[in-house]
Amino acid sequence: MKNRELTLNIFRYDPNIPGREPYMQPYSLQETEGMTIFIALNQIRENQDPSLKFDFVCRAAICGSCGMLVNGRPRLACKTLTRDLPEVITLMPLPVFKLIGDLSVDTGSWFRQLSIKTGAWVHSDKSFNPNCQEERMSNETALKIYEAERCIECGCCIAGCATANIRDDFLGAAGLYKIARFMVDPRDERPEEKYFDVVSSEEGVFGCLGLMACEDNCPMELPLQVQLAYVRRKMALIGFRV
Amino acid sequence: MNTIVTDVLIIGAGLAGERTAIEAANQGLDVIILSLVPPRRSHSTAAQGGMQAALGNCAMGRGDNPSIHFEDTVKGSDWGCDQDVARLFCETAPTAVRQMAYWGVPWNRVAAGRKRLPGGQEIYELKEYEGLITARNFGGTAKWRACYTADGTGHTIQYTLDSIVIKLGIKVHDRMEALRLIHNGDKCMGVVARCLRTGKLYTYISKSTVLATGGCGRLYGASTNAVINEGSGMFLALETELVPLGNMEAIQFHPTGLVPVWILITEGARGDGGYLLDKNHHRFMPDYEPKKKELASRDVVARRMIMHMRKGYGVESPYGPHLWLDIRHLGEKHINTNLREIANICRNFAGIDPVNELIPVRPTQHYSMGGVRTNINGAVYGIKGLFACGEAACWDLHGFNRLGGNSLAETIVSGMIVGKKAAEYTLGTELTYSYQQVNNHYNIVRQKIKNIIGGKLNKKRHENVFELKNIMEDVLMKHVGIFRNGKDLLKAVNALQELYHRSRNISLRSSGTGASPELGLALRLPGMIKLALCVAYGALKRTESRGSHYREDYPRRDDKNWLKRTLAYWPEEKDLPCLKYEPVKITEIPPGDRGYGESPGKGGTS
Ligand SMILES: Cc1cc2nc3c(=O)[nH]c(=O)nc-3n(C[C@H](O)[C@H](O)[C@H](O)COP(=O)(O)OP(=O)(O)OC[C@H]3O[C@@H](n4cnc5c(N)ncnc54)[C@H](O)[C@@H]3O)c2cc1C
Ligand code: FES
Repeated sequence: MKNRELTLNIFRYDPNIPGREPYMQPYSLQETEGMTIFIALNQIRENQDPSLKFDFVCRAAICGSCGMLVNGRPRLACKTLTRDLPEVITLMPLPVFKLIGDLSVDTGSWFRQLSIKTGAWVHSDKSFNPNCQEERMSNETALKIYEAERCIECGCCIAGCATANIRDDFLGAAGLYKIARFMVDPRDERPEEKYFDVVSSEEGVFGCLGLMACEDNCPMELPLQVQLAYVRRKMALIGFRV
Repeated sequence: MNTIVTDVLIIGAGLAGERTAIEAANQGLDVIILSLVPPRRSHSTAAQGGMQAALGNCAMGRGDNPSIHFEDTVKGSDWGCDQDVARLFCETAPTAVRQMAYWGVPWNRVAAGRKRLPGGQEIYELKEYEGLITARNFGGTAKWRACYTADGTGHTIQYTLDSIVIKLGIKVHDRMEALRLIHNGDKCMGVVARCLRTGKLYTYISKSTVLATGGCGRLYGASTNAVINEGSGMFLALETELVPLGNMEAIQFHPTGLVPVWILITEGARGDGGYLLDKNHHRFMPDYEPKKKELASRDVVARRMIMHMRKGYGVESPYGPHLWLDIRHLGEKHINTNLREIANICRNFAGIDPVNELIPVRPTQHYSMGGVRTNINGAVYGIKGLFACGEAACWDLHGFNRLGGNSLAETIVSGMIVGKKAAEYTLGTELTYSYQQVNNHYNIVRQKIKNIIGGKLNKKRHENVFELKNIMEDVLMKHVGIFRNGKDLLKAVNALQELYHRSRNISLRSSGTGASPELGLALRLPGMIKLALCVAYGALKRTESRGSHYREDYPRRDDKNWLKRTLAYWPEEKDLPCLKYEPVKITEIPPGDRGYGESPGKGGTS
């Protein structure tokens, strides 16, 4: 492979400094074999501009820290190879989320609010008895719950969602996926009606315009639309009852 | 000064920190957790393999009990662990796993029926165990004992614990970095912290403080660890001058980290028949290990790989020499089904399709057995009101080699125990502190920041923080790696000492204002170099081989002289740790043969 000279146009803005406007800053960089945006940004920080802000933790597409717009598409930067991109690469922070600085956004607080709003924990009146065997569960059910829990809260689906970009109370695909995770868990004793208030409104399933961008943008390749349809069906059934 | 007061302050929102927080909050205490990142982004989420607990539900785990788990752990540690701690741990682990199930972890379950293992062996899962928590095989264990959720064990445990933290309303201040412990020479009273959103300083005042800050893998240039694992809790403790770090020389390496991103390629690739090749595409492992070849224990394979590269058979690359992992002969179908995870990692992170291409690998730093030394209750040596648990601590469950799956289990079990003990302590103490003392510590941090940002004028040299960090990483990689010897270790100590002096003259390239990432690193680096010195100096002085610590010039375990734990203290104004030693507690199993491997220091990891 012939190594190219890359140009990275990077969004710069520090909201803590009043009066300063956002701008795009270009950096040039020699491409190396197997280079990811993670490697590229760290090289820029080390050799050219140590003030550049961005977030990486696992750098293995596991922790969900590094969502950003790569040439306009929400992507996990750590698993984006430069060899799959043109010579000029534009990096912008994810929209919808609060900007911390440059490419760093506060997805953490957004998802925490979501968990609080949807009561995203197993609701049960049982208490734990340390002297008893665990309650039994079929392996099939366990795997189903695991599949519904694989979301890494990176925010790529939210950033690319038309509704989420105009309604800041929209739960988005990640939110509905989270609700489905507890719906499929037999340990959660919440009756389905309990979800109705949060989910069956414009901020819930019925806000979705069905444009499917979420599923295209999901770096975990989760079946977001399938789960969304599942939640929607459940809510519609309850809607008839109440 | 922005001041926040709480009963229990927990530094770290990984598994150890969150489990501790839940325990303390359940005792009715006010708890605040600080973290560099949102809890669910902590390094713990990256663990895929499993969590050891002797449930004995699956066919290959039948007959298992805490005593067998205990024996595996002691042998794995090469008799370096505290046997009282190991006993307590093994007895508690089954309850810990079941409680996680109660809270929501979707552990894989036993499905009854006949099954054929990859090796051809047939097993039969009994109906009476159907639906109970199952387990998989990990190195160094007599039974299948690692409970798991598909390929995302760390993820599901972390998400479940965090859901309970949210449910209980425990406050988490994320993007808040603890920079210094506040203490009066006798008692810890909280921390000075820097907000990573704004750069503002805060003081947290607490009755008790818990360090759950994880490992220090990132001292090394090539580590499977998350990039935030820089060992800050360890040097915070060290910098009190009161607290020792235990066994810092005990560092675990994994044979196959993916070059150049050092992401873990699990043992499955070699387990299913993958080969290791050198620059001439020669399969070299059979030359060294005719019987076990690529499937000798991990530390042995790692040692052989390094040896081979030292002889000049490594493949040169911009990221340093490496070897190849070859799974092409396993065929497209097998790779894309049975080895899907590995194939995805190769495609995503190296742009390599392992169906037709070789995978570049090199042994990679993986785990730190050492850490902040505590007693069995998690109480830190040398100071009151300070506790530690998880990878940050040297509790000492792992001795000189951690068994795979014992680390996740340690985070949860120690979180339960240490959380309870910290709560007991907190309920029996008063919040006492003097404004003067708090202010002193606050001012020390402020002065440090001023010196780094504004001190350009009166410094003789202007050192670049990134350059120094790279040198530190290289020194450890080169001289304090898998093979160690007196000459190289001395070189490392000298080089790190020089580096330590240079780190006092760091100047920033940027303005350092606000949440400057450069300032953040500049504040941490001197502490990181101190840790590197504890590793290198401890290794130099330990003239034996035990577990992961392998000395070419002292290749035998020496129980007569070295059945003891290193305790590293750091006196301010010194450029070297002061080493003391304490005996290792042997209560049940006296030192003997580990029962596997022909050279010292073998054992499985994850
Ligand atoms: C790739 C990989 C796979 C692994 N797989 C397994 C496995 O299958 N089984 C197993 O048993 N073990 C495994 N391990 C080991 C295990 O994952 C870790 O040892 C364990 O998760 C550590 O948990 P912890 O809670 O101690 O620390 P961490 O999860 O690292 O959490 C540390 C926390 O401290 C915070 N923090 C750090 N410094 C500061 C500071 N100064 N101020 C504020 N907050 C701070 C961080 O933000 C973070 O929240 C694996 C390790 C790796 C690298
Ligand atoms: S850094 Fe963790 S997902 Fe990219």
